Amino acid sequence: MNRKLEGDDLGSVRGDRRLFEHVGFALEGGELLHVTGPNGAGKTTLLRMVCGLVRPEAGEVRWGGEPIRALGEEYLARVTYLGHLNAIKDELTARENLRAAAALSGLDTPEARVDEALARMGVQAQADLPVKVLSQGQKRRSALARLLVSASPLWVLDEPFNALDKGAVETVRAAISGHLAGGGMALLTTHQEVPIAGTVRTLALGA
Amino acid sequence: MSGAGPVQAVAWVVRRDLTLALRGRADVLTTLVFFVIVVSLFPLGVGPDMDTLRTMGPGVVWVAALLASMLSLGRLFASDYQDGTLEQFLVAPYPLSLLVLGKVGAHWLASGVPLVLIAPFLGLQYGMSFASLRVLMGSLLLGTPVLSLLGAIGAALTLGLRGGGVLVALLVLPLYVPVLIMGAGAVEADAAGLGAQGHLSLLAAMLVLAAFFTPWATATALRISLD
Repeated sequence: MNRKLEGDDLGSVRGDRRLFEHVGFALEGGELLHVTGPNGAGKTTLLRMVCGLVRPEAGEVRWGGEPIRALGEEYLARVTYLGHLNAIKDELTARENLRAAAALSGLDTPEARVDEALARMGVQAQADLPVKVLSQGQKRRSALARLLVSASPLWVLDEPFNALDKGAVETVRAAISGHLAGGGMALLTTHQEVPIAGTVRTLALGA
Repeated sequence: MSGAGPVQAVAWVVRRDLTLALRGRADVLTTLVFFVIVVSLFPLGVGPDMDTLRTMGPGVVWVAALLASMLSLGRLFASDYQDGTLEQFLVAPYPLSLLVLGKVGAHWLASGVPLVLIAPFLGLQYGMSFASLRVLMGSLLLGTPVLSLLGAIGAALTLGLRGGGVLVALLVLPLYVPVLIMGAGAVEADAAGLGAQGHLSLLAAMLVLAAFFTPWATATALRISLD
């Protein structure tokens, strides 16, 4: 069921500055692509490009050989994107946030699944508090709980380990490894050294 | 993938936005209080001459509704934009225009419906007859969703810009003109004994057109703003 994700000769221009050009990659089931590079090298832009949020200046992203623009929602149904913004609402509880996010990505998530995901991320005690009273790390944990209910084969994660403590980093690392072991693929940016079991490719931007 | 359908996703969008509106009541109340104050200031300024008030009543209520609706536009996408929820809308496996329709619907329920409900009480200050008040409510009921739908385009285009509020006004107010003319005109026509049917039908037609086309335009504007 998993097909190949390819980036072909991608280029990006923001304003009048050339971020990167001739960037290519290929990713198959069970593989992780670690996008590295200094600040401002265009890592986030590349990830947003893979999600179809940014239109590439040159080249195209293909899923199973077809351009993602042409696939549209059929492709998006296979992507879980976690940006550096948490995409959670301060006034809602962690549980409400997770359920709304799951519904938005097309998942019918039973209550037990939601509870389990929040428990694994270690925020079950805060599950029914408005997110605004949580700490930065706890907010990030509630946002990351989305990964644990996700059923999509492609994870696109922008700095997932930001603001997390050691225990939470370990949980997310295990989740990504499990995802890869199950034949999923992932794109990831991080400045931390995070050993992940499985095939890890590295794409260096701005080198 | 066991799928929740697009209808369920939209239902969640509406539900989430209404919950947020209820928890952040100050926002909703600001719009409503603004509307009440603006409408109530006119009789104080113009004086107690019933004939003058009766003629200007519908127009004043409609202009105030228009301004109040615009006041609440800034919040339509701004917080979703800042906390990254909007990005999730764009990567959701559903048509963005459908999700936009859900958001605008929730926005109308939270900020438009209260205006419709309170308008007849404000109309009393202008000595409007019971029949006129009914037409006023009807015209607002048909017109305020059009205002929300049209305003969403402006809100989406000015997302993340500095001074976006003023820009929204410049972009959106001209588009509001036909709605204003038909809305206020309906009450005047009814008072003149011509019947409000024609005006209301036109308003309904505008609503159908706006519901059909503006979500698509708003979705396109959002994609541009987030690129």
